[in-house]
Amino acid sequence: MDKFDRLQAIAAPLKMANVDTDKIIPARFLKTIKRNGLGVHAFAGLRYREDGSEDPDFILNKPPYRDAKILIAGENFGCGSSREHAPWALLDFGIRCVIAPSFADIFFNNCFKNGILPIVLPQAQCDALMDDADSGANARIIVDLAAQTVSRPDGEVFSFEIDAFRKRCLLEGLDDIGLTLEKRAAIDTYEARVAAEPWYPNITL
Amino acid sequence: MASTLFDKIWQAHVVDVMPDGTAVLYIDRHLVHEVTSPQAFEGLRLAGRVVRRVDATIAVADHNVPTENRAAGIAEPESALQVATLERNVVEFGVPYIPVTDARQGIVHIIGPEQGISLPGMTIVCGDSHTSTHGALGALAFGIGTSEVEHVLATQTLLQKPAKNMLVRVDGVLPAGCSAKDIILAVIGRIGTAGGTGHVIEYAGEAIRALDMAGRMTVCNMSIEAGARAGLIAPDDVTFDYVRGRPFAPKGEAFERAVAHWRGLVSDEGARYDKVVVLDAGALVPQVTWGTSPETVVPITGHVPDPAAEADAGKRAQLERMLAYMDLRPGQALAGTKIDAVFIGSCTNGRIEDLRAAAEMVRGRHVADHVRAMIVPGSGLVKLQAEIEGLAEVFRAAGFEWREAGCSMCLGMNPDKLKAGERCASTSNRNFEGRQGPGGRTHLVSPAMAAAAAIAGALVDAREMA
Repeated sequence: MDKFDRLQAIAAPLKMANVDTDKIIPARFLKTIKRNGLGVHAFAGLRYREDGSEDPDFILNKPPYRDAKILIAGENFGCGSSREHAPWALLDFGIRCVIAPSFADIFFNNCFKNGILPIVLPQAQCDALMDDADSGANARIIVDLAAQTVSRPDGEVFSFEIDAFRKRCLLEGLDDIGLTLEKRAAIDTYEARVAAEPWYPNITL
Repeated sequence: MASTLFDKIWQAHVVDVMPDGTAVLYIDRHLVHEVTSPQAFEGLRLAGRVVRRVDATIAVADHNVPTENRAAGIAEPESALQVATLERNVVEFGVPYIPVTDARQGIVHIIGPEQGISLPGMTIVCGDSHTSTHGALGALAFGIGTSEVEHVLATQTLLQKPAKNMLVRVDGVLPAGCSAKDIILAVIGRIGTAGGTGHVIEYAGEAIRALDMAGRMTVCNMSIEAGARAGLIAPDDVTFDYVRGRPFAPKGEAFERAVAHWRGLVSDEGARYDKVVVLDAGALVPQVTWGTSPETVVPITGHVPDPAAEADAGKRAQLERMLAYMDLRPGQALAGTKIDAVFIGSCTNGRIEDLRAAAEMVRGRHVADHVRAMIVPGSGLVKLQAEIEGLAEVFRAAGFEWREAGCSMCLGMNPDKLKAGERCASTSNRNFEGRQGPGGRTHLVSPAMAAAAAIAGALVDAREMA
């Protein structure tokens, strides 16, 4: 996983609430057995017309936002399916940070596993960033994970919260499976303790 | 201190806690399917890791499988590759697998409870958001992403912070013509699609207690549509009677000891919830969604809202977009809206009880000429049972397609899809844009409502057709 420390980038204003993961990546594109290459299908239903051509009105098809690395969105971003293809598609498109008033839980989790930083900010601050994002390439937004801040082009700074463990994993690009495997002894102890309970038979077909 | 059911199951599974409160949570059951697992197995392979507990893991293909002519295999190359990849991975890593041709094959959330793989008090995960279904047994069950699938395969644990507690109490007696689906749609309509975010919802109250296990699974299944991490119902005699005798449930004296333990899986008197919502089941009317979010739900006697009445410009624009997508007019009555297709099945409503409710409505009647209607049992065993009970014959005689088990038209990953512009009364769980096929229009309803719509050729109040 790529590290995430500091990002200065164009932000795309996605003025929609309840953006579900079927919108981020429709189910018909989940047939891949790879993690990469999904960027071309990100937001397929919004991005392409029925004949397959790009819809010039969709925000990510407009010139400055094709290079956006930050997405500013409405509340409950990423609701619906647990598909990790959603953050994979965003990442492959180039998005490294999503800022919204709220996120769906599973999508929020999935972002951290892929080097994407989801940031929750109050609605008023999201509205201000949405306005900034409307300025396209003239408004670079700075996200600083170590400092836990988002800076507007005019210099105003918003602070955000993040779990210490998740922050460390993102900053250092850590493999959390490796970290958990260091706790093997504790897992062994737990398993030995519950092994005597009769209600969890083993599965053998 | 008084604990909730969620608190108890959580506490019983904590292996370790980090300074910031992140817990290493032990996972008792891991259900694996073909769509969200290939990259996880690939990750294990690249890191030289193994599956820690194959005896707590089970795999099945459900999303991609065609629901007819199964002997012919999977025609679509990408779908075929995904299933073949699962079959290769389960062999390589030694994971128990139910093959597509096995009578026990079906939707992962149907077969977990059906086989007794999902049991009360367990932690159960799957790379699928509708894992919340298994909460009906009094298990803490939730969907995870593929990286977490890999984490569970390698460590049998997950890194999690505890959820908040939410109580949804449904009082009263469900009126005739209403079902568990109407309860959960009404709950989602009340609290919204983000109403449960960060919470585990415990469902309680007279109307929940009165539900059979199938109904409880329907309710818990759609917890995710309210944004909740999981749904839970405290196990009782209905649960224990359901579990008894299932292939992977404990047997004999072990079962009795298990039940004695499971009886403790209740929220304590005075346990604290972060949110409480109370609903009166007695006041329910069959529900139907009109928009492209499950929260856009009204009674079948209701009307499509008028965006003009919405003060907030952003919300108004979203309502307008939904109405345009769904091709509905502001103020239009839902009843009488002509449909093109009916889908009865899915992890929400693909159990034998759902098919019985649909068959009850269909018996002696015929599907409207312009409607394509399909019944897709949730598992091969549900299909077999329906055939034994004569339900299959009822459906066929009425003009329904009678299909093999799978996720089918709940999502557009297999040949069962809506065409652009088609309108469907569906017993599935999501009405998102394009969910049942690009351009398809979904109205979420109960099995009885879907069956009634198939006969009438339009959305209709099932109570008038009973």
